[in-house]
Amino acid sequence: MAGNRFNSYSDHGVGIGLRIPHYSHIFSQKPVVDWFEIISENFLCDAGRPMQVLDRILEQYRIVQHGVSLYFGSATEPDPEHLRRLKQLVRRTNTPWLTDHLCWGSVDGTYTHDLIPLPYTWEAVHRTVERVKQAQHYLEIPVAVENVSSYMAYKDSEMTEWEFLNEVVERADCGILLDVNNIYVSSVNHDFDPMLYVNSIPAGRVAQIHIAGHSRYEKYILDTHDHPVIDPVWQLYARAIERAGYTPTLLEWDDHIPTFDEVHNEALKANKYLEAAKPAAQPDSNLAGVL
Amino acid sequence: MANAAMPLAELQRQLAAVIMTPLTADDGMRESTPEGRSTRAISERVIAPNSRLDAFERLELYNQQYWYRVLDSLAEDFSSLRALLGSRSYHQLAVAYLSAHPSRSFTLRNLGSKLPQWLASHAECTGRRHKLAVDVANIEWAFIEAFDNAELKPLAVAEALHLTAESRVRLQPHLRLVALKYPADELVLDAQHRERAQPTEAGRNDAREELKPLKLAAMRSKSTWLAVHRVDFSVYFKRIEKEEHAILSAIECGATLGAAISQGFKGTRIPASNRAAKLRAWFENWAELGWLCAPEI
Repeated sequence: MAGNRFNSYSDHGVGIGLRIPHYSHIFSQKPVVDWFEIISENFLCDAGRPMQVLDRILEQYRIVQHGVSLYFGSATEPDPEHLRRLKQLVRRTNTPWLTDHLCWGSVDGTYTHDLIPLPYTWEAVHRTVERVKQAQHYLEIPVAVENVSSYMAYKDSEMTEWEFLNEVVERADCGILLDVNNIYVSSVNHDFDPMLYVNSIPAGRVAQIHIAGHSRYEKYILDTHDHPVIDPVWQLYARAIERAGYTPTLLEWDDHIPTFDEVHNEALKANKYLEAAKPAAQPDSNLAGVL
Repeated sequence: MANAAMPLAELQRQLAAVIMTPLTADDGMRESTPEGRSTRAISERVIAPNSRLDAFERLELYNQQYWYRVLDSLAEDFSSLRALLGSRSYHQLAVAYLSAHPSRSFTLRNLGSKLPQWLASHAECTGRRHKLAVDVANIEWAFIEAFDNAELKPLAVAEALHLTAESRVRLQPHLRLVALKYPADELVLDAQHRERAQPTEAGRNDAREELKPLKLAAMRSKSTWLAVHRVDFSVYFKRIEKEEHAILSAIECGATLGAAISQGFKGTRIPASNRAAKLRAWFENWAELGWLCAPEI
């Protein structure tokens, strides 16, 4: 059986993010793509072209929802309207699992629309666990949390990022969207060994993996999603697959977006690692008895 | 003795205040928040430096990311306003607006919802083109609403023509009514078919291009009434008569058709003998366009 309970035992392989510059290609060429990831917040409107596009995509493709503003680590309460609309969208897309980030970004109802890292403290663990559980309970589907790229660290942190991630997912009993590019970016920005991170996460909870490119500056790396995946990130990916097995994998490309084929081909490079981890097909038990 | 850990909510409030403080002219982080708190002191209290960046510089990255993201998003939504004012004036306006009205929504779609109203009382941000700028902002916000507001099943033309003075109807949610001081719709027509850019989680580079204010022939003030609506997933502008605007606005506020019509013809120059024919034509047209829907029960 493919997958695990954190991705509803899905057999999703390599997908790409659904982005506006590719709409016309997708609708005219109907390329074979295993699945698309949508940014949930782009489809929380009532009607109009976004929903028309979504419905057309749903006619032919599998969709997984990825959010950018649930802010599981925000100390103040979430907007109930956000959760209500998300649930409506979940019913529309039939997403087998839903993801958002392990970060904060809103305070007292004001949104920064950024993914700000949390201090890795016990207070933040407890708060985040509460919020993840709340979302999972309300949305009635498995939720997986994604590790973010970060450019700052907190003096008050009481544990490493991967220890924090482990505490949250174990206590909330949720999945992990493991972004190996984010691990790489943060490892350079915070001087840690990215392989130690990959080796430390509970592999059985990995519901999905993100791969992406980034931009390197003199003193830091910025997670810009505007380049191909670099070799060190592929190495982290290979190790993650080695540990977690066959896992739905998604390439993010959000800026300076090249043609659909370029993005898709970059994503399909993941198959080099993924196919080797594919579970062997089980013989049909009924036929096995006959033959 | 080391400081006790700051409670999570307090830490997030303090950092948000710094992150949302407008950048300096060369896109650096300011030394203090608008409330006068030292951004350097907050950074050093909370953020750990690394071998390449001090605490202030690390927090500055988030300060920059915040402003690049919200300014980009607002500029996408108000591209005609930006073209009208030029990038420098527009940038000052956008920073002032976003400082007064930071996002209160989980979606960036709503970032500019208060801009037209805010701009109306901030003439200092637009100079001599103030009224025109307010008109353009009103049209661009109406465009956003028309683009993805809900769509209800409209009344059929035959049903609409059998409505009585006591009837109440509901306007199609994606129909937006705009009253203008200038025929500003002509200015924004070139932007009407654009797709909204999608927000993502990616970090931002600052890629703002310099844009000089539009060179406009002298535009004369002329009251203009506009219906902004959606047909087959595209947004259209339609000029309507003053009386149509008034009747539709009254309907939107919940008036009976009789009351809405009385209000609409208040002070009109349309001769009484022509009004019935006008009304019939308008209702037929509104019904054909799917603007009239059954009232909410």
